[in-house]
Amino acid sequence: MSYVQNTDADRLAMLERIGAASFEDLLEPVPPAVRAGAPLDLGDPMSESETAAHLRALSARNIPAGEMASFLGGGIYDRFIPATVRYVLSRSEFYTSYTPYQAEVSQGTLQAIYEYQTMIARLTAMDAANASMYDGATALAEAMLMAVQVKRIPRVVVPAALCPRYRAVLCGYAAGKGIEIEEVPWGEDGAIDPGALAAALREKAAAVVLAQPNYLGMIEDAPAVSEAARSAGSLLVVLADPVSLALLSPPGEYGADIVVGEGQSLGLAQSFGGPLLGFMATREAYIRKCPGRLISATTDLDGRRGYTMTLQTREQHIRREKATSNICTNEGLMALAATVYLASLGEDGLREVAVQSASKARTLYRMLAPLGSVTLPFGEGFFQEFVMNVSDPAGFAAAARARGVLAGIPIGDGFPALGAGAMLVAVTEKRSLADLELLRDIAAGTGGAR
Amino acid sequence: MSATIFEKGMNGRSGSYLPPNDCPVGDLDLAAPRRGEIGLPRIGEQDLIRHYVELAGKNYHIDKGMYPLGSCTMKYNPVINEELARLPGFAGLHPAQDEADVQGALELMHRLERDLCEITGMSAFSLQPVAGAHGELTGMMIARDWFRRRAEKRTTVLVPDSAHGTNPASVAICGFTPKTIPSNDRGLIDPGALAAACGDDTAVLMLTLPNTLGLFERGIERIVEIVHGAGALVYMDGANMNALLGIVRPGAIGIDIMHVNLHKTFATPHGGGGPGSGPVGVREHLAGLLPVPRVVESGGRYSLSDDRPETIGPVHSWYGNFNVLVKAYAYIRSLGGEGLREAAENAIINANYLMKLVSERYEIAYPGPCMHEFVASGSGLKRFGVRTTDVAKRLLDYGLHAPTVYFPLIVEEALMIEPVETEKKETLDHFAGALSAIAREAQEDPDLLHKAPVTTPVRRLDEASAARSPQLCWPGGCREP
Repeated sequence: MSYVQNTDADRLAMLERIGAASFEDLLEPVPPAVRAGAPLDLGDPMSESETAAHLRALSARNIPAGEMASFLGGGIYDRFIPATVRYVLSRSEFYTSYTPYQAEVSQGTLQAIYEYQTMIARLTAMDAANASMYDGATALAEAMLMAVQVKRIPRVVVPAALCPRYRAVLCGYAAGKGIEIEEVPWGEDGAIDPGALAAALREKAAAVVLAQPNYLGMIEDAPAVSEAARSAGSLLVVLADPVSLALLSPPGEYGADIVVGEGQSLGLAQSFGGPLLGFMATREAYIRKCPGRLISATTDLDGRRGYTMTLQTREQHIRREKATSNICTNEGLMALAATVYLASLGEDGLREVAVQSASKARTLYRMLAPLGSVTLPFGEGFFQEFVMNVSDPAGFAAAARARGVLAGIPIGDGFPALGAGAMLVAVTEKRSLADLELLRDIAAGTGGAR
Repeated sequence: MSATIFEKGMNGRSGSYLPPNDCPVGDLDLAAPRRGEIGLPRIGEQDLIRHYVELAGKNYHIDKGMYPLGSCTMKYNPVINEELARLPGFAGLHPAQDEADVQGALELMHRLERDLCEITGMSAFSLQPVAGAHGELTGMMIARDWFRRRAEKRTTVLVPDSAHGTNPASVAICGFTPKTIPSNDRGLIDPGALAAACGDDTAVLMLTLPNTLGLFERGIERIVEIVHGAGALVYMDGANMNALLGIVRPGAIGIDIMHVNLHKTFATPHGGGGPGSGPVGVREHLAGLLPVPRVVESGGRYSLSDDRPETIGPVHSWYGNFNVLVKAYAYIRSLGGEGLREAAENAIINANYLMKLVSERYEIAYPGPCMHEFVASGSGLKRFGVRTTDVAKRLLDYGLHAPTVYFPLIVEEALMIEPVETEKKETLDHFAGALSAIAREAQEDPDLLHKAPVTTPVRRLDEASAARSPQLCWPGGCREP
C-alpha cells in the first residue's frame, strides 16, 4: 500500500522544474559512502487487506483483560468507558491536528485542554493544572525536579509503598541532578510510619511525596503527612488516584503544593500500558515553575473569548537548557479523553464510579477475610485495592485464569517485606457481585493458609 | 466563541452510564471524605456531543488540508491503522497480564524493534520513550551511565545552534552542560569548529540529521570521526528521519544513539499534542544500557526481561505508548522497504519542488538541494512593514496551515516548510500560489496581512495579557435550573 499520490509524470515535471535530471541529483549533498548499500529488508509492501489480516492475527494471539473478570490494577484499571469518549477521540479534527501553535485555527483543541485543566484543578482543589504529562511515573519525576528547583535542596522523601516502576523512573530522573531519594517505610496499617517520616525529615528535603492511596491501596493520613512536610519546610507532592478524589479529601484542602497522578482511569483504554495520561496541578505561586504546556483564556482583537498557549517562556523552545522541563509533545489526545469522560459521567457519575469501586472492594475484602487460604495483612482503610497473601500466587493466578479471572498482580518480588505470596487486588465498578463471588470461590479452593 | 462545557451544563441533567451497584454501600467509612462538590459538569449526552463536535469544527487538521510545519512531518495518518489499534486484542490488554496471554503484543513489539533496527542500522531499540524529547532524555541517560561505568568524567554535550530546543533541555535534565556550536555560512556543522570544541570533557555531540534547515551534514563522516576520536558519542535526533528512509542508515555511519519519532516518520497521528512515541536505538556496545524491560524472544516465545545489569532503568510506567506502536508497525508493513524509500524520495522531491516555487517570492536561507524541508525567510517583506507572523496568519485566511515560524533561530524571519510525501504536486502548487499571493498583498496592501486572520473562528489573540495574568481555569459553576 502506498500513500504517495504523485504520479511518475508529476515527478518528472517536478524534477524538471527543480532543474534536476533525476532524483539522484537531489542526493548530491549525501556523500556516496554514507548512502545505504542495499534496499531495506522489510519484506514486500502489504495491501490494506494483508496488513489488516496480519495485525488481526497478532491481536488474536492476545487474550485481553478487558474480556475477563480483571482484578488487575497497580495504576491501570479496567473501567467502564462511555461511547462518547471513543466517538470524540475518533474525530480526525482532534486526532490529526498538531500542537496548537496557530491558535486561531486550533480553538477546538485549546478550549478542550482549558476544560481539562479546569476539571483537574477542581478534582485536586488546586489553583491550576497543566495540559498533561506522559504518565504518572514521569509526572511524579517532573514534580520532584520542580520541587528541587523551588527549594534548591537536592533531596526528596518518598513512601516505600510506591509503585516500584515509579520509584525506578524517579531514580533515573534524579541521577542527573544528584538528587537523593529517601524512602519511608509503611507501618502496621500499611500507611506511612509517622515516626519514620519524622526521622527522615530531620534532614532538609525539597519535598515529601504522598501517594494517596499508596501502592498497597491504603489511604494515608494526608493531613498528618502534610503537617510533617510543612513543619520541616518541605513541599508536599501528592501522587493521587483521580477517581479516588471523588470521595477523598482533595489535596488542595490539606496543603498540597504539587499534585500529580496517572489519569488512565479517566476514560483511557488499558492498551497494554500506553498511551497513559500524566496530570499535574499546582498552586498559583508555582505556576511559573511548572513543566509542560498551559492554556489560558484570553480575548481576540474583536474582544471575543479565545484560548492560547501561555507562559511559554518556561518552555524548551524558548528557554532551551534553562527551561523548566524538556517536555514538548505530551498526551494531548488523552487529556481530551479524560475531559469527555469527566463531562459524560459528570459530578454524580464520577462519584458513583468511586463509590461502586470502593464498596465492591470492601465487599470482596470481607468475603476473603474468613477464608483460611488467604491472609489480608492490612485493614479496611483502602480505597479500591488491597494486598492479599496466598501460599502459591502463581498457582492461584493460574487457577483463576482458567476460570476467566485475572486475580491480581503478584508484588512479592518488589516488596519482600510483604512475603512472596503477596498480591495486589483491584476492584473497579465494572466487577459484579458474581465476579467477586467467583474470585472468593477460587481463593477458597486453593491451598492452605500461609 | 463557544461557551465552556461548564456553562452548557445544568444541575439535574446528567447521563447515567453505570448499572446499579450490586454490592452494599452502607458503611463506606473513609477516614477523610471529600466534602462539597467537585465542580464537574452535569450535561445531557446530546449537548455534550454537540459541544465537542462544535469544538472539532474549530480545528485545522491533516484531513482538512496541507500542514507544512517544518520538522513536524505532518503526513497522512492512514485510517486503517486507527482501526487496527482499536482491536480489543490490543486496546484491552492490561500491562501486568501473564506473558502467555499477550504473546501477540510482545511479538508486535519485538518485530517493530527489529524493523527499526533494519531501517536505522542500529543494533537494538527500546520502544519505551513516548515522545521525541523523552527519547532524547533516554539517550542522554544512556550516555551518562556509559561514561559513569567507564569512570570517565565528561560533562559537556555539544549542540548545534540550529537544534530544536528540546535538545539542550534534555541535556540539562541529565546533568550535562550543553555547549552551542555555531553553524557555518552553509548552515552546517563546521568540522574545524567542532574539532576545536571537542575535548576530554565532551560526552556527546547531539545532532539532527538532516538538520533543522533541511540540510544533510555533508561532512558527517569527518564529524563522526572527530567525535569518536575524542572518545565521545554521537547522538542523532531522528526527528527528520523521514528524509533518510532507505537512503542513509545512521547506525552504519557511526551514530551511537538515536531516536525516531513514530508520530512523524511512521505516520501515527499527532493527536493535537500527543500521544507520540520516541523509540531509542543504540549500537551494540550500548545495548545493555537500554531501558528495561526488554522484549526477548526464544524459540518463538516472547517475554519481558528486567535482567540487564547495566540498564538505565525504566523511563515510563510500562512499555511506552503501545497503541502508537501498533499503528507504526502497521504502517511499516503496508509500505515495506520499497514503500519507505518511495516515501523519502517523494518527500525530498516535494521539498525541492516547493522550495523552487517559493524562491520566486521569498529568500531561501541556504540555497542548493534540500532534503525533506527547507527554510525560507520573510525578511524581504520587512520593508513593507510585514513580518513572518503576518504571512503565517494570512495563510490561515487562505484555508491553509502556516509553516513553522521563527525557527530555526539562526534564520531571520524564518518560515520552515516541510511538505511531506503524501501531498501531491497540485497541492504544493496551490500552497506556493497562496504564498506568492500573500507576498503581493504585502506590497500592495500590507494591512490585509496585519489584520489577518479574519476568516478563522477567532482573530489574533491577546497573548500578552494572557502571559501577564493567565486564566488557566474556568471560574464559573454549573447553572441551576
